[in-house]
Amino acid sequence: MPGINDYAPIVGPSVISELYLLSQRLAGKTVQNVNSTSVGGGVAEILTRMVPLLRELGMDAKWDVIKGNDKFFNITKKIHNALHGANVVLTSEDWEYFLEVNRGNADEIDFYGDIVFIHDPQPIALVEKKEQVGGKWVWRGHVDFTNPLPPVMEFLESYINRYDSTVFSAPAFARDLRIPQVLISPSIDPLSDKNKELPEETVDEVLQRLGIDRSRPIVTQVSRFDRLKDPCGVVEVYKKVKKHVDCQLVLAGGGATDDPEGMKVLDEVKCAATGDPDIYIIYLPPGSDIEINALQRASTVVLQKSLKEGFGLTVSEALWKAKPVIASAVGGIPLQIKHKYSGILTYSIEGTAHYLKQLLQEPKYANKLGLNGREHVKNNFLITRHIRDYLLLFLSLYYEGDVVYL
Amino acid sequence: MLSLKNGPFRFYTQYHLVTLLGVKAKNPRELLEGIKTVPLSSIYYHTHRFLQQHHYLSPEPPNDFAYWLTNILNIKELGELFASVDTAEFHSMETLRSRFVEILECWLSENKYTVDCPPGQEFYFTACKTFILPMPYSARNLKEFAEVLRQISINSLYFHIFEARMRLQKDENDFAAWFRLLGKDELAEAMSKLDPYTITLEGLREKIINMVREHAGN
Repeated sequence: MPGINDYAPIVGPSVISELYLLSQRLAGKTVQNVNSTSVGGGVAEILTRMVPLLRELGMDAKWDVIKGNDKFFNITKKIHNALHGANVVLTSEDWEYFLEVNRGNADEIDFYGDIVFIHDPQPIALVEKKEQVGGKWVWRGHVDFTNPLPPVMEFLESYINRYDSTVFSAPAFARDLRIPQVLISPSIDPLSDKNKELPEETVDEVLQRLGIDRSRPIVTQVSRFDRLKDPCGVVEVYKKVKKHVDCQLVLAGGGATDDPEGMKVLDEVKCAATGDPDIYIIYLPPGSDIEINALQRASTVVLQKSLKEGFGLTVSEALWKAKPVIASAVGGIPLQIKHKYSGILTYSIEGTAHYLKQLLQEPKYANKLGLNGREHVKNNFLITRHIRDYLLLFLSLYYEGDVVYL
Repeated sequence: MLSLKNGPFRFYTQYHLVTLLGVKAKNPRELLEGIKTVPLSSIYYHTHRFLQQHHYLSPEPPNDFAYWLTNILNIKELGELFASVDTAEFHSMETLRSRFVEILECWLSENKYTVDCPPGQEFYFTACKTFILPMPYSARNLKEFAEVLRQISINSLYFHIFEARMRLQKDENDFAAWFRLLGKDELAEAMSKLDPYTITLEGLREKIINMVREHAGN
């Protein structure tokens, strides 16, 4: 696994040395992360990388996981869906059991952290222990809070307000809270299999294996087969463009086999693509990071035509590869793309088709967007920025005022 | 802190932790209400964020207000008025805020129609908490200064040029003040006159290094 200094050639040595400068101000402080799973999911993925890097920087970073059974995780799944706006019902028994499991965990966990950093709703009620064990407590919501179901959000807010600070991933997720709210965007790891530099031969080999012609323009959307990613809309966009400009369409993603809705969407997309040999619908099994990397690198233009999006880090992944990206202006995507500066933001199938035609026919302009996008990601959406924001967040717990001299 | 008198130039750096205010606007009227009420650190953040987060863009990146008015609300003339506010002329955030209020009030009095942005594209007011810390670099003369300037991060350059003058309300940027103390008045004047808002930060770094080198031999 790469160490912190391995990032210096990418972001510059001054960025790494300044991370050391900041972490020195937190010397001796223990940060105790708590979430609900050690494997799978975005939170576990980022903690797996973040904890060792923070330790390398000299911070005492640790990670604990709460215990729960199927009943508990079925309830937390309902909470998750409700936060995304789904009209689910959580009964008083559900809430009682949710609290019972949280309290059971609170009794078992040794809260040794100077800073206790709780991730997502599952362990949110551990904060009931705050008075007893002391320390600074932070809660981070990693999901989309744009349109949560009000009773569920009210319940969670009664706990969030007991923390010292809270973190959200996008400005639209801000709530009316009594405690400070901090904006920290997620990040990509430029040294992971999905984002690292690939030899041209690897890209060729993957594309050849998938039967895609590298000598003609390739338009790609990498997303799981989900209605909210609008894969059928992407096929429509392609059909409009194909009348005027020769290109191939690649729709690549996973997540369909264990999800009946996903299988249905996959069938619909296949149906929409019938008869066109230039449309490639590729189901990627878990662990296909090199394939995704190669597909993004081989693309002429990358699309992310989502109807709803938490943050949409696939946009940063494509921009990091200096690809021109056309994406819907939803969720965290407008943070990653400034329209006509570092990509294109669209609102419709027609608009997406219009800009796709333009970018395919104006490669110089498209390249400029891609290069600007890469710089934007380099400065704002790499793991090193994420670590810096966490260090600043921890420092903010100990210093008041708008300007702090360290 | 930051005492320059008769001593070497100590380099500092700064970082912003972005805070969410839970205040948003969907049209120019609500933007006006927001601009009037948010803390000054929010005005600062929205007029300077582009400089750091998009420092590779040139020329003249717009401020957040101008970007939103032009690209989201599509009110080009109002966006242009916001983009053309010469931030370098304002020595405090309060006077900059007043200028934005004046522009919006004037526009609203002349334009009775109101435009709402598409749902989800509202202007979200954010602010920032700034952390300033010393770097292990200092310079005793112009030659050393130029050498260090090549090594420091963009954040450090940003701090000495923008943060010191605008947010900490000093009369001139830190570099110009130190050049003056060294008796390099011509260089100090040139440094003071430089409009750092219309050049990328890397371009600015090169320009200052060249200016300093020219005067180092004098």
